[in-house]
Amino acid sequence: MPDIHDEDSYERHPKPGVDRLDFAGEQGMAVEQETLVEPDVVKREQARSLWGDAWRDLRRRPIFLISVLLIVLLVLMAIFPWAFTDANPRKADLVHDYLKRPDWTDFFGAGWFGYDAQGRSIYARVVYGARASITVGIVVTVGVTLLGGLTGMVAGYFGGAVDAVISRIIDIFFGIPLLLGALVLLNGFASRTVWAVVFALVVLGWTQIARVMRGAVLTVKQSDYVVAGRALGAGTGRLMFRHILPNAVAPVIVVATIALGGYIATEATLSFLGIGLQEPTISWGIDISSAQKVIRTAPYVMFFPAAALSITVLAFIMMGDAVRDALDPKLR
Amino acid sequence: MGSYVLRRVLQMIPVFFGTTFLIFVMVYTLPGDPVVALFGDKAADPSVVANIKHTYYLDQPLWKQYLHYMGNLFQGDFGTSFTGRPVADIMADAFPVTIRLALLAFAFEIVVGLAFGVVSGLKRGSIADTLVLVLTLVVISIPVFVLAYIAQTVFATNLGWTTPTVQDSYDLTQLVLPAVVLASLSLAFVARLTRTSIGENLRADYIRTATAKGLPRRTIITRHLLRNSLIPVITFLGTDLGALMGGAIVTEGIFNVQGIGNVLYRAINQKEGPTVVGIVTVLVIIYLVASLLVDLLYAVLDPRIRYA
Repeated sequence: MPDIHDEDSYERHPKPGVDRLDFAGEQGMAVEQETLVEPDVVKREQARSLWGDAWRDLRRRPIFLISVLLIVLLVLMAIFPWAFTDANPRKADLVHDYLKRPDWTDFFGAGWFGYDAQGRSIYARVVYGARASITVGIVVTVGVTLLGGLTGMVAGYFGGAVDAVISRIIDIFFGIPLLLGALVLLNGFASRTVWAVVFALVVLGWTQIARVMRGAVLTVKQSDYVVAGRALGAGTGRLMFRHILPNAVAPVIVVATIALGGYIATEATLSFLGIGLQEPTISWGIDISSAQKVIRTAPYVMFFPAAALSITVLAFIMMGDAVRDALDPKLR
Repeated sequence: MGSYVLRRVLQMIPVFFGTTFLIFVMVYTLPGDPVVALFGDKAADPSVVANIKHTYYLDQPLWKQYLHYMGNLFQGDFGTSFTGRPVADIMADAFPVTIRLALLAFAFEIVVGLAFGVVSGLKRGSIADTLVLVLTLVVISIPVFVLAYIAQTVFATNLGWTTPTVQDSYDLTQLVLPAVVLASLSLAFVARLTRTSIGENLRADYIRTATAKGLPRRTIITRHLLRNSLIPVITFLGTDLGALMGGAIVTEGIFNVQGIGNVLYRAINQKEGPTVVGIVTVLVIIYLVASLLVDLLYAVLDPRIRYA
């Protein structure tokens, strides 16, 4: 049976009694529904919100729990890298440490994963490299969700000429492949920091979310409760953010979570091509790129940052998959 | 149908101009003077620079440059690169290679991706299904450039089946490995999309009806299930052809394929404006035509969709 806090965690319906309009709307809805459907069914439907349901479902999925655990670990690594290693990722000792092989007895020590062609601790660089990837992934996802979500919402809600114009703008940006556009755009930046990469990916990446949001809003807009809300005099902002948004946001969250891993991979690809992040920023993409030169003699120099990158992308995609399965009732 | 096609083509026009203009702005407002860069270490004579800029229309405001470029484009002239070679020439050399690579990858993606998706979608929860899920997840997680190195090391260096890099870009057999790597990510998406779509449609009423009226399983799957399940997959494939060409930048670079990705990457690095704009314009056209074809294919696949 549903817990109370599950229901509270995400309000689908405004609480009655907050203001008069709300109160009237809630009562009106309930009465209308009760005359149509069995009261018992109505009660259960209201108590078990989509989000409460999804959360209960997620808590039981081992894949979700493992990926969340990994992500928490990676985020901690991004915030407190010094807690995971004593070694300095920028200290280069060409005399003693040049391409030293991994030493498994040096558990969690500087030489654990070996040293790269500049005599730097690969383990320390893997730990410190998490920051760039995680920052880019999370900030870009938040950026595209806000930008794409808002434009998609406006296009879907207002329709007509507004929709036509916004949809064409979306088409224009959608026509440029993400990697290609980012290459051209970033080439113009004199110094390419994490924020330059974030900017490029948000500017070129928001269209996917905008399309999903627009589609969801178009469907939700037809619902009876939106019509009822409008009939009761709810304003545009209220209809958009209290009535439509909570019911249209699920597919957006699914797409955004899965895309997050993709943004991390794109950042690494850009850095690998030499048009993403630059030294002295520590990034797995840069490290994989510079490991190319020694891949025949010392494959482990490429292996560890590549493995870290793949595990990170994997964790986010697994989490996105689990969230999608939980939120998509069609798959139940 | 006719008026729908017309409307779609009309919609494509602003998108075409918008996208090319966007690319134009990104390329030509880049800091750093490409003409001065042509002189390398030598001091550039201002009058020579001005002269070159005048020939390439670079001394005009951006919108005039764009109109001039578009005017030439519709006469089939893609402009001249800063090295003096016509961009159309450069593209005529490189595009056939990339088109072969992309088509090879596309074929691989469709055949293997659909096969994986159908097998795992029909037998949900089986060992084959789990295997497909894990395999596709791994492929999606490993970035393409890492995958390229793994493929190179395993198939070329260790097994010796092929050369690590492509010696002759016109030789199809040498393009197989790069094509497989290029296709891998999309292949995983196709397999997963097909699996989900089949899973949803298996429970549809029309499948139950078909089973109830005693149709053989084979007919149900090929005629009813697949036809309906392929609709979202086709959408993905349509937009993916453009992505394959864009993704060729990484794959062609690592495998040394002398295609459009390689040329484009060099052009971006050398701030070769005309070449970048030319290539991206062609890619945009390919993308737009592909998405139009996808929309038209809908009507063929799904009789419920009728274009007025």
